Amino acid sequence: MDLLAIIRIAMRALSRNKMRSILTMLGIIIGVGAVIAMLGVGQGARQTMQEQIQAMGSNMLFVGAGTVTRSGMHMGWGSTKSLVYDDMLAILRECPAAHAAAPGSSSNGQVVFGNDNWATRLNGTEPQYFDIRNWPFQEGSGFTQDDVIMAANVAAIGETVRKNLFGATDPIGQTLRINNLPFRVTGVLAPKGTSAAMSDDQDDIILIPLTTLQKKVTGQPWLRWIMVSAISREASYAAQKQITLLLRDRHHIRPGADDDFFVRNLADMADVADEAGRVMTLLLASIASVSLIVGGIGIMNIMLVSVTERTREIGLRMAIGATEANVQQQFLIEAVVLSLMGGTIGILFGLGASYVITQTLGWPVLVSPIVIVIAVLFSMAVGVFFGFYPARKAAQLDPIEALRYE
Amino acid sequence: MATTAQSAASLAAKQNHETVIEIQDVHKYYELGETRVHALRGVSVSIARAEFVAIMGSSGSGKSTFMNILGCLDKPSAGRYLLEGVEVSKLTKKELATIRNHKIGFVFQGFNLLSRTTALENVELPTLYARINKSEGEKRSREALALVGLADRMEHFPSQLSGGQQQRVAIARALVNRPSILLADEPTGNLDSRTSVEIMDIFQKLNDEGLTIVLVTHEPDIANFAKRSIQFRDGKIRRDEAVQNRPRAAEVIKTLPTLED
Ligand SMILES: Nc1ncnc2c1ncn2[C@@H]1O[C@H](COP(=O)(O)OP(=O)(O)OP(=O)(O)O)[C@@H](O)[C@H]1O
Ligand SMILES: [Mg+2]
Repeated sequence: MDLLAIIRIAMRALSRNKMRSILTMLGIIIGVGAVIAMLGVGQGARQTMQEQIQAMGSNMLFVGAGTVTRSGMHMGWGSTKSLVYDDMLAILRECPAAHAAAPGSSSNGQVVFGNDNWATRLNGTEPQYFDIRNWPFQEGSGFTQDDVIMAANVAAIGETVRKNLFGATDPIGQTLRINNLPFRVTGVLAPKGTSAAMSDDQDDIILIPLTTLQKKVTGQPWLRWIMVSAISREASYAAQKQITLLLRDRHHIRPGADDDFFVRNLADMADVADEAGRVMTLLLASIASVSLIVGGIGIMNIMLVSVTERTREIGLRMAIGATEANVQQQFLIEAVVLSLMGGTIGILFGLGASYVITQTLGWPVLVSPIVIVIAVLFSMAVGVFFGFYPARKAAQLDPIEALRYE
Repeated sequence: MATTAQSAASLAAKQNHETVIEIQDVHKYYELGETRVHALRGVSVSIARAEFVAIMGSSGSGKSTFMNILGCLDKPSAGRYLLEGVEVSKLTKKELATIRNHKIGFVFQGFNLLSRTTALENVELPTLYARINKSEGEKRSREALALVGLADRMEHFPSQLSGGQQQRVAIARALVNRPSILLADEPTGNLDSRTSVEIMDIFQKLNDEGLTIVLVTHEPDIANFAKRSIQFRDGKIRRDEAVQNRPRAAEVIKTLPTLED
C-alpha cells in the first residue's frame, strides 16, 4: 500500500472531524508560533547588539575600575578606588598600541529645567571621548579642553534628556540645573538608541567636564573608567595586553592576585553580548517550546480518543486486509498531518507575531529560513513522537475483538 | 513474506487437488472469568474448490465462530485449519492480513460498514490495501456495486441506505478484490425473499465461475440454493449432506411477484 493512499485515508479521517482537528492543531499552532516569534525576537536582539557594538568604534577598549570574575561579572564595578587620571596618562605614554584615551567618572544627576525634572546618568569626561566613542552631535558641540581646565559648568546632553526637559525649546545656550548647580548646554548628542548590549537607554545621559564632576559633584579624584582607542582594530588585543600589564604594575598587584580593574576590548564585548543574547534566545525559545509539548500532548490525547472511538473501524480495516503496519501508518500519518498543518499555520502565525513585535517595539525581529525549516521538522517530529503510542495501540488491536467492540 | 506463503499455498493446492478448506477437529473456547463457553466442540470438515456450502443451525450453535475461523479472523483453540494446504496457525499476522485481503471475501453478520463514508468508498476499502491503483480500485468498486444492484446509490452514506441495501454494499465490498473464497454470515438476513433470491442468483453465477462460497443462513429455502448443506448444533456438525433438487435462482426469480405488485 503506497504512502499516498495512506495519506488519503488519513486526510479523509481528519476531515470527518474538522472542528476537532482544528482545535487539536491549535496547540501546535500556538507552540510553533511562539517559538518562531521568540527566536525571531532573540535573533533580532543579538543582531542589534552586534550593530551597536560595532557602532561604538571597532577599535575601542574599555578600562573599568573593579574586578571581574571568570563568568564575566563585574564585582564592585565602579566602587573600587583604584583607577586614577595618571593611569590614563601612563597608558597613552607607555602603551604603543593605544592611540587615544578619555577618562571618565559617573554620578547620578537630578536635572531641572523650568518646571521639568529628570533623573539621569551624569558622566564626567574629556572632549576626546566623543571621538573615541564615535558619537557626533546633532546640534551644537561638546565642551572643550579649556572647559575641562577651568572646570566649567557646561553640559552636552543626550536625546532622551533633551526630549524630556526641553521638548520644543532649543536647548543650546539654555541653562539647566544639575544637582542644584547651573550648567549651560553646549550641544545635543545624536541619538544612539536603546542598547540591547547594555540593556539601557544610551541617550539618557549628560556629559560634563571630568574636572567639574570631580570637584563640584562627587568630590572624589577616582576614575570609574577609561575609554581607549587602539591604533587599529588588530592592535586592540595588543593594547589590551599592554594596558593590563601596565596597570598591574602601577597598582602593585602581585603575580597570581586578581586585577583591581578590567579591560574589555570590543571583540570581547561583542562576545559577551552575543552570549547573553544567545542565552536569552534559548530561554525564550525553551519557554515557548513548552507550549509545543503541550500541543503534542493534545495531539496524543485526541489520537487516543480517536483510536478508541474508531476501534470497530480499525477492526474492519484489519478484517479486510489492512496489516498492522498499514493501521499504524494511518494513525501516525494522521498525527503528523495534524502537527504539520498546525506547524505550517504556526509559522505564519509566528511571522505575523514577529511583524507586530517589530512594529510595536521598534525592535527588529529576524526569522531566518533555517528556523522555519527547523520548525517544520520539529512539528513533524512532535507528530511522530506523540502519535506513535496511539498508532501502536491501534495496530495491536485484535481484529475480531475490535469488530465486536461497542 | 506473503508471497512465499502464497506460492507455498498454491503449490500445496496443486498437490491436494480440490481441497481448499480443511478443518480438523477444531475447538473454540471463550474464557469468561470462571466459566468457559465451548463454542465449537470438535468440528471437522473439508471444502473443495468451487463448492457452495450453506451452514445452518440455531442461534448460538457456533456458526459465526466457525466462519470467523474460516476467514482467518480468529484462531481455533485446538485443532488444525489448513487453507489451500497451509496451516493457518503458522502464518504471521501480516500473511493473514494478505490472505484476508486477496483470497477471502467476508460478509459480516452485522454488515460493518464505515459510517460517514459513502457506499462507493466502503466498497473501495479492500482495494486500498491491495496492490491496485486508485482508478482501477474505483472501477472495480463501481462494478461490484452494479453487480449487487446499487449502481444508483454509490454516493449514499450507510445511514441513507436501507438495511438490505447496506447488506448488499457489504457483499460488494467482499467481492471487490476478486477473492477465491466468499464467506458470508447471513448475507440475506435482512432482505425480502425476492432480493434474497436475487443475491443467491449472484452467488450461483459467481460459483459457476469457480468461486468457493460458504454462507450461513437460517432459511432452508436459501440453503437450498447451495450445493451442500451443513447443520450445526451446540458447536458440532450434526448433518452434512448434498442438496437435492437444487433450484436455479435465475429461474425462481421469474416465478416471484415483483415488489411493485
Ligand atoms: N467473544 C465471545 N465471548 C464469549 N462467548 C462468545 C463470544 N463469541 C461467541 N460466543 C459464544 O459462542 C457461542 C456461539 O456463538 P456464535 O456467534 O458462533 O453463534 P451463531 O451460531 O453465529 O449464532 P447466531 O445465529 O445468533 O448468529 C454462543 O454461545 C456465544 O455466546
Ligand atoms: Mg452468527
